[in-house]
Amino acid sequence: MMKRYDVVVIGAGVSGAAIARRLSAYRLSIALLEKEIDVSFGVSKANSGVIHGGFHHSPDLLKSRLEIQGNLMYDKLQRELHFPFRRCGILVAAFSTEEMRIVQELYNRGVANGAIGIELCNGDRMHMLEPKLNSDVMGGLFAPGGGIVEPYRLVFSLVESAVLNGVDLHTNFDVAGVEKSGKTGSEDREYVLHGSDGQSIRGRWVINAAGLFADRISGLFGAEDFRIHPRKGEEFLLDREASAHTGRVIFPVPNPVSKGMLVIPTVEGTTMIGPTALETDDKEDLATSSENFEKVFYSARRLIPSVSERDIITSFAGLRPSLEDGDFYIARSEKAERFVQVAGIQSPGLTAAPAIAEYVKDLLKQGGLELTEDPDYQGEIPAVPRFRSMSLHEQDAAVKADPAYGNIICRCENVSEAEVVAAIRRGHTSLDGIKFYTRAGMGRCQGGFCSYKILQILRRETGLPWEKITKRGRKSWIVRERISPAKTS
Amino acid sequence: MKHTEFDAVVIGGGASGLSAAAEMSRGGASVAVVEREETLGGILNQCIHNGFGLHQYNEELTGPEYAERCIRDLDGLSVKVFTGMTVTLMETEEGTQLLYGFSRESGMVRFRCRAIVLAMGCRERNRGNLGTPGTRPSGIFTAGLAQRLVNIDGMVPGRECVIVGSGDIGLIMARRMTWIGARVRGVIEIQPYPAGITRNIVQCLRDFDIPLYLSHSITRIYGKDRISGVDVAPVRNAGGEASGAFHIPCDTLLLSVGLVPENEISRKAGVRLHPETGGPVVDARYMTSVTGIFACGNVLHVHDLVDYASEEARHCGQAVLDYLSGVSAGEQLRVGAGRNVKYVVPGRFALTGKNRFYLRSMITGTGARLCVRLGGIEVLRRKLPYVQPSEMISFDLAADEDAISSRFTTGGDETDLEVSLEIPEKEGA
Repeated sequence: MMKRYDVVVIGAGVSGAAIARRLSAYRLSIALLEKEIDVSFGVSKANSGVIHGGFHHSPDLLKSRLEIQGNLMYDKLQRELHFPFRRCGILVAAFSTEEMRIVQELYNRGVANGAIGIELCNGDRMHMLEPKLNSDVMGGLFAPGGGIVEPYRLVFSLVESAVLNGVDLHTNFDVAGVEKSGKTGSEDREYVLHGSDGQSIRGRWVINAAGLFADRISGLFGAEDFRIHPRKGEEFLLDREASAHTGRVIFPVPNPVSKGMLVIPTVEGTTMIGPTALETDDKEDLATSSENFEKVFYSARRLIPSVSERDIITSFAGLRPSLEDGDFYIARSEKAERFVQVAGIQSPGLTAAPAIAEYVKDLLKQGGLELTEDPDYQGEIPAVPRFRSMSLHEQDAAVKADPAYGNIICRCENVSEAEVVAAIRRGHTSLDGIKFYTRAGMGRCQGGFCSYKILQILRRETGLPWEKITKRGRKSWIVRERISPAKTS
Repeated sequence: MKHTEFDAVVIGGGASGLSAAAEMSRGGASVAVVEREETLGGILNQCIHNGFGLHQYNEELTGPEYAERCIRDLDGLSVKVFTGMTVTLMETEEGTQLLYGFSRESGMVRFRCRAIVLAMGCRERNRGNLGTPGTRPSGIFTAGLAQRLVNIDGMVPGRECVIVGSGDIGLIMARRMTWIGARVRGVIEIQPYPAGITRNIVQCLRDFDIPLYLSHSITRIYGKDRISGVDVAPVRNAGGEASGAFHIPCDTLLLSVGLVPENEISRKAGVRLHPETGGPVVDARYMTSVTGIFACGNVLHVHDLVDYASEEARHCGQAVLDYLSGVSAGEQLRVGAGRNVKYVVPGRFALTGKNRFYLRSMITGTGARLCVRLGGIEVLRRKLPYVQPSEMISFDLAADEDAISSRFTTGGDETDLEVSLEIPEKEGA
């Protein structure tokens, strides 16, 4: 007998995770489906992690409203979920009177949207707010409410919280087919969702938060016909020691297509530059290219001259799931019953996510889903203390309480065995999953030493054989087989 | 927290750390060695090929055998060994050093000592440093990680392999992969000459007919989940476009693109690093810019032979003994890299006793001369049969060389030694 849920959320990116967590506060049975081996591994993993300031988009778009609301929800969210977040503020740097005119428009938009504390700055004030700025910057905009998060850690903790409150997480569940049962319009009407590997679940309500594949999912349910256009962004990550590490997020003056390439001081102390914006028609095209390297560095150096290629530790690409009209599409389907579209969640989707969850909850309520608060709901998840952020005294106490804190696995980022084990026990069982949860392998040596140790701990904790351990699921195996005398020459 | 006290603490229990520790212990100092791994010997343990020890032990040993010799050299000495322990912090406090180490077994341990020897070795450069465009699939390993999976765990990383960089580890792995039944489709080297030593080019590539593509680089990586292939192209010369790019299908890519001294904790302790070596700047007695902190082996600069690292470590151990017994360093001259020299280590010349220097060439060729000048006056000249960047050069210079001592008795104010490699004009460089 396959399990029957009140609500099935398709896609465990930041939107789906935030929705599942919000709904877990009610007496509902909820399933969260993710086609990858781990949550956030679709669009969200490669997000730049900027919590936007509410001045980029015009007030008549849904996404502007949700951006402002979402931004204000982050402080409480972080107190409950302990993901890395800092309100460092955002600067938009202008180099000419022409650019200052656009900045003036951004300011007016921000005021119209209700962005808190937004201000226009002359050149001196800009340099005071960020001493590393190019001396040619003649003025700009300051949004003190903007900030930065680690996007995958945010998703991990949202899901952890959802699971703690009874949500069933199904990873490696790729929705390939849908059946309807019961009569149209009747109470017993429900969907049966089939995964491509043969597993199935049933749900009365379905939320389509499938990111790049929201159009395909909508089609499977016989709902609206639309197309998600992937727009690729490439980013470069610079070493902790890079002198380009700024105190705030630095934007150029935007163009109609994109917010431009930024310099982002990540919460964990590295510096990110990018992203590019390029339309592509392949939803799985995550390749970086050499042309963009020049582009990103030229643009970043124009803002912060001390950006140096010598500091690169890695580069990666992500895809934004955009719709033709550029706005979010969040609505109850007019064609499929009890089916909610959460599509086209590109920038500022991460910022808006907590507000999107609230908005979807209201749509469900209006659609007739009964929401009764669950008295056992816990908003807070237990924190996993990180060795690298403890004082010596705290480290001493941690090792006394759990000797695994004394075994340092990743020497670049000072990650202990205790943290790796915590990641595995929370379901992050691929090398990338552990990397994103713990930061082991994200430092200077990019896993040269710690990958091996993590492989060993994974084998011990999960009982998986060597050949079954992957970098990030599917066919991303690490080693092929044991050496056998027969095959060697 | 446990508190311990020693005269000297060595960070790293590989060849260099063990050699330095043995030297200091023999000289009567109380010594501790702190090693991150569960066993001593460092990276030697996964280097199961032979060719080690020719200079140190006058015989050809495998890596684990060489490590065993180093460990046995501690027999009868009272060196205290802490394995499975990582040092996370060093602090200097009024002439004494404090170190904090963590392990599963001992928890947190504070070491108080008068001298620290840095011997953490080095790490491999990785894909991020290369900046090769393309996807980020599994199957891309640094050569050392692949070596560990093969030699320690007996696993086959993949069946169709391409190796980027002709560094020694990559060359050794080309042969090793062939022996475990994989096909090595080529070694791609961006420079016009190999990065590894000649012996390895012959024994690991030529003997197995593995193609070496000099002046080529990989320009793109393909594969969604697991790597499926790479594009290879000749390096563009000043003339512009290079033709002759090609694709090699593979399921495994090994990177052997250089080593970087591991100075995470050195940097945090305020130790100044050398832009060319990536290791600390040291004076004639291997002391870094922080009084009481010394360095030797691959954490100081990358050596091509472990024998040289051991030798250097013993000199360093001697220098620490002098420091501990209050022998003054005496006057030292600055030593700098001149023409065609990438770096010279150490960066100082002591006016007492013998000085041994190690240097790397920036040029390849025969008939080069090593020239050392003091204030423009030549004090040493030696013919070298053949020089190339991958083969380290060493030479001794005594303070009592006539030219040097006379320089000082006459009170010259030019006090810099400059080390150069010069190729006579007519032969061209």
